[in-house]
Amino acid sequence: MSLMTLEDLKTILVENAGADDSGTLDGDFAAQEFTELGYDSLALLELAAGIQRRYGIVLPDEQVMELRTPEAVLAAVNSAAVNSAERLRQTS
Amino acid sequence: MTQRVFVTGVGVVAPTGLGIAEYWAATLAGRSGISRIDDRHVGALAGRITGFDAARHLPGRLLPQTDVSTRLALTAADWAINDAGVRPGDRDEYDMGVMTSNACGGFDFTHRQFDKLWHDGPQHVSVYESFAWFYAVTTGQVSIRHGLRGPGTALVGEQAGGLDAIGYARRAIRRGTPLVISGGVDSALGPWGRVAHLSSGTVSTTDDPGQAYLPFAAAASGHVPGEGGAILVLEGGESLDRRGDRPRYGEIAGYAATFDPAPGSGRPPGLRRAAELALEDAGVTTADVGVVFADAAGTAEFDRAEAEAVTGLFGPYGVPVTAPKAGTGRLFSGGGPLDVVTACLALREGVIPPTPHDAQVAAGHRIDLVQNAPRERNMTVALVLARGRWGFNSAIVVRG
Repeated sequence: MSLMTLEDLKTILVENAGADDSGTLDGDFAAQEFTELGYDSLALLELAAGIQRRYGIVLPDEQVMELRTPEAVLAAVNSAAVNSAERLRQTS
Repeated sequence: MTQRVFVTGVGVVAPTGLGIAEYWAATLAGRSGISRIDDRHVGALAGRITGFDAARHLPGRLLPQTDVSTRLALTAADWAINDAGVRPGDRDEYDMGVMTSNACGGFDFTHRQFDKLWHDGPQHVSVYESFAWFYAVTTGQVSIRHGLRGPGTALVGEQAGGLDAIGYARRAIRRGTPLVISGGVDSALGPWGRVAHLSSGTVSTTDDPGQAYLPFAAAASGHVPGEGGAILVLEGGESLDRRGDRPRYGEIAGYAATFDPAPGSGRPPGLRRAAELALEDAGVTTADVGVVFADAAGTAEFDRAEAEAVTGLFGPYGVPVTAPKAGTGRLFSGGGPLDVVTACLALREGVIPPTPHDAQVAAGHRIDLVQNAPRERNMTVALVLARGRWGFNSAIVVRG
């Protein structure tokens, strides 16, 4: 089970970087590039900051800049979550 | 180099009206937009814009990244561009520039981010703070929104800066950019913004909205800060001729700026010289001027200096003087551009709007201040004056 879903991402993105009425975030937009969806690099940094606030997961700025699609962000967040859970298990 | 420059579109966001029709009707009626905006503090009067819903005017994507001042400016720019009948997408993007003025920056936005920084920590501060706070953001956001890639500049000169932006835009047009968006809008009426205004020491502490900002009056006690301003579309006569269009509002016929000498130098302030240079630049004399839109600082010392500058140039009671800004409060970068718009309308309609509040003019000011009701007058030229704190003086001559 993944920690963060596309719907969660949409919520955080809209909350921090806004949305237009154009309907680009309706349906499955996971594979579309953020630039096509109307979000620039600053919007991505806002998204990453929102993810950090909600999940405590820190994505370094350099890594964030490489994430071109929502599905790439979800993969990065969920793999970071799995890794930290794994570390937690090993140390306990 | 001497191409004529015209105002072809305007967008007004003022405490006395959103849009040019509402603003002009209120201005002619001498209505005031000054009210009490909080119940707890001294100096809590302001010219506040009411009924502005940014979400109705701007895309949702822009809201998280813009201060209220930027939202007002973007909306005014939209209106001005529509008003001019210009479709930026149909033109060469490098033939359109943006030159605006701003004096306060994104005060309210920044206040909220400081609040988050203090209470929640740095990771809660919006990344948009990086540009939402600063003076060039109006120019930048208007440029991005409409795809205007010609010369872009931001000017800061407190209340004089808005006229400087228009003067600068005129120069850019004469240097070959056919169209420039100009003007200025400010807003800083949140708690932090108001504290900053109060630090000038010239904000009125009078509690009555009808008595607080009375420029040139015996009872003058300072000014009231307001929010808003105007964005103008300026176009060169050559490109208008090519399009076969006629200018809709008026001509920016002359511009000049001066700086006051250092305090204690014994030399006079620079306002009169700015006015003289602007008239000379326009190729007109004082006899041609039908009305003066005053800076109208609202303190005894500054009012006296301006009255002396005007009587020095025009003679005692030599020209009608008006200050519609007594009804909006001082709008900082927005004040001059809004006066330029008002001057255009006054020339076109042949009527001088009154100075709101009808206070008795101080005995020493030998100026013909238009009060009580609008005054009909056939005019072809208006002189607009503005002074910015710390010594900025600017003047624009508008020809109808």
